[in-house]
Amino acid sequence: MRVRALLAALAGVLCVAAASDPAERLADPAQEARAREIFRDVRCLVCQNESIDDSEADLARDLRLIVREQVKAGRSEGEIKAFLTERYGEFVLMTPSFSASNLLLWSGPFLVVLAGAVLLFLRLRSRAPDAELTPLEAERLRALSRDEAS
Amino acid sequence: MIAEAGAFALILALALSIAQVGLSLAGRVRRSAPLAGAGEGAALAAFGAVALAFAALMHAFVVSDFSVANVAMNSHTEKPLIYRVAGTWGSHEGSMLLWCLALTGFGAAAAGLGGGLPRGLRALTVATQGLLGTVFLAYTVFASNPLARVLTPPVEGRSLNPLLQDPALAVHPPFLYAGYVGMSVVFSFAVAALIEGRVDAAWSRWVRPWTLAAWSCLTVGITLGAFWAYYELGWGGWWFWDPVENASFMPWLIATALLHSAVVTEKRGALAGWTVFLALASFTFSMLGAFLVRSGVLTSVHAFAVDPTRGVLLLIILGVTAGLGFTLFAWRAPSFAKGGLFAPISRESALVLNNILLAAATMTVLLGTLYPLIREAMTGEAISVGPPYFGLTFTPLMVALLILVPAGPLLAWKRGDARGVVQRLWVALLAFAAVALLTALLVAPRKVLGAAGVGLGGWLVVGALTEIVERTRAFRVPAAESWRRLTGLPRGAWGMTLAHLGLGVFVMGAVFETAWKVEAAEALQVGGALDIGAYHVRLDGVRPVTGPNYDADRAEISVTKDGRAVCRVHPERRQFTVDGQTTSEVGLCYRGASHIYVVLGERRPGVGAAWLVRAYWNPWASLIFLGPAIMALGGVVSLSDRRLRLAVGRRRERAA
Repeated sequence: MRVRALLAALAGVLCVAAASDPAERLADPAQEARAREIFRDVRCLVCQNESIDDSEADLARDLRLIVREQVKAGRSEGEIKAFLTERYGEFVLMTPSFSASNLLLWSGPFLVVLAGAVLLFLRLRSRAPDAELTPLEAERLRALSRDEAS
Repeated sequence: MIAEAGAFALILALALSIAQVGLSLAGRVRRSAPLAGAGEGAALAAFGAVALAFAALMHAFVVSDFSVANVAMNSHTEKPLIYRVAGTWGSHEGSMLLWCLALTGFGAAAAGLGGGLPRGLRALTVATQGLLGTVFLAYTVFASNPLARVLTPPVEGRSLNPLLQDPALAVHPPFLYAGYVGMSVVFSFAVAALIEGRVDAAWSRWVRPWTLAAWSCLTVGITLGAFWAYYELGWGGWWFWDPVENASFMPWLIATALLHSAVVTEKRGALAGWTVFLALASFTFSMLGAFLVRSGVLTSVHAFAVDPTRGVLLLIILGVTAGLGFTLFAWRAPSFAKGGLFAPISRESALVLNNILLAAATMTVLLGTLYPLIREAMTGEAISVGPPYFGLTFTPLMVALLILVPAGPLLAWKRGDARGVVQRLWVALLAFAAVALLTALLVAPRKVLGAAGVGLGGWLVVGALTEIVERTRAFRVPAAESWRRLTGLPRGAWGMTLAHLGLGVFVMGAVFETAWKVEAAEALQVGGALDIGAYHVRLDGVRPVTGPNYDADRAEISVTKDGRAVCRVHPERRQFTVDGQTTSEVGLCYRGASHIYVVLGERRPGVGAAWLVRAYWNPWASLIFLGPAIMALGGVVSLSDRRLRLAVGRRRERAA
């Protein structure tokens, strides 16, 4: 029960105390949570592979400010991301788009699975899967040898 | 003087490596034991020479001999001894020397321990290893010499990046390199087998211990790196899908696949071609990693800043060695015997599925790392491939694999009994359901996927134990009999169980921490506090401290729960005197497997002295690092298996 109480307490905290700098935080916890969700998918353009959620760089702070303002203004995640992409290019999003130019990126891993599955299938089919006799064949063989013996 | 001796030893090592190639090849062609023996001697001597060069460089770092350019660039007299020692491999040049040390070391080990191998295979392996040694030593001597002098030595050095001055990171590269370069022996074995035109059960048995050794080192190396990132970077994260992390992860995935496919080749003579392919691929990925980190093509926290010429040279080395290996493969592999037949439901099929999924996972990581580079080169458009991409591709593949893991060892070779396996796994299935259900019910906020993920960890742990229960026939035969069976189990079986168990522990920790971590941040004045879950984190004071080569603000923080003291942590914010860089030293408080993680941020200007304090509650975070440690332990236990010791092969050959 103590575990449960503790975890319930934690859940309460999660909404109120979304981290990052308290000076930047939005007043509305729900909006703040949405903003944080978006931060994780926005790249700090001048950093080395960090999202603006992690980065302490000035540019990251500016981007956080933009995102927070737009969240506050009630714009949707899609609108905010479209705005950022328009301004900074696709590079700004951590998730590559599902577009034709990224076809190989998204499908590559699953093509490997497909190719492997086809190869495995062919390997299994290439010769009779087993040299052992089926129960029916075994029965017939036994019957035949009984005939010979008698 | 010592630096010159080291530089000379390095050139000597290059000459010895060339001799190693020539003598071993001549020994193979003329079928002459003395010539091949001389080649092995050259391999041992080359290792000795590189070790001397390495010792010379380490000496230069320890005594702060700034007339050596590399020491001047990367060390400082104020740095503590351990980091002066670690500075030996902290730079591009020094780490290339470490790479060569490992390469010749493994070459010497292969030459010295290869007694059980057929003569021809052994000579060719030593020759190929010598060729790799020659190429990398030539690169080190001519393009990245760590022992080069400067004409006018500076009075003081430029120091090592403060972020890297950390105990975990001091030992991280040696393990990582032992893992990367350990794959070179496997590569050499594969090339030798391709030239000889024969891959059989015996070959797989020789390859396995080397793969296991390299895999265990790589596991430890990657885990140390993740642990370092966890407590040094101060975000509470441990894996960022950073290109350099990916570069170390790809050889690990391939080595894992190789460990499994080699079993099929050893036990059933099947998949010989594929096993050789993986053996070539594992070291190719190691070299790709070396290239990516050093070429400057990647933007990453870890990348060495190196001029492009050296990158191009490394790319050429990678292209030529891997190209030769795979050309040889394309030429010789089609003639390999196909080996034993197997049914769709069999241990072979399960291991093939494991390999397909691991290969696809490697492809994910490879694409995620290289695709932005390729697309930018082709179209000029830059894209980012971040964690969400891997969440959508890598994670589903891994989930499929994790579901399969406990079933694999329970399936029989050739033709398995699916229903029997499910029956034997009912306890594991129950564990999955119970853990997932309890997590979903007890942990708030409720997260269904998170709960299922933790359940999957339970499935893996109990599934791994089921294997041992099955082997000992526990609960079905008298306890004494079970005990006899338990103590008689081969170390290899224990190794596999430990590895699978460790994987389960890791999955539990990784999922739980990712799904339910909590963070809080406040600007606190002395005496102020913030709450994280049930814990009350109070800033009692901040005082300046002076370290050996930094000045720091050290916070005095007490953590209480319901008014009772839990622990005190002392996070620091360090300002390094030499290059002015600031790093944060995290305060960690262990509560069972969970951590309270406190970071002291910057000082806030304004009325009263306020400090930005961040605190994280990272539940079950210890499991993330404990799991891989258990996996590596499994590798070591498996390595100690009598059946894998090469001497056994030798005895058997003599008897035959």
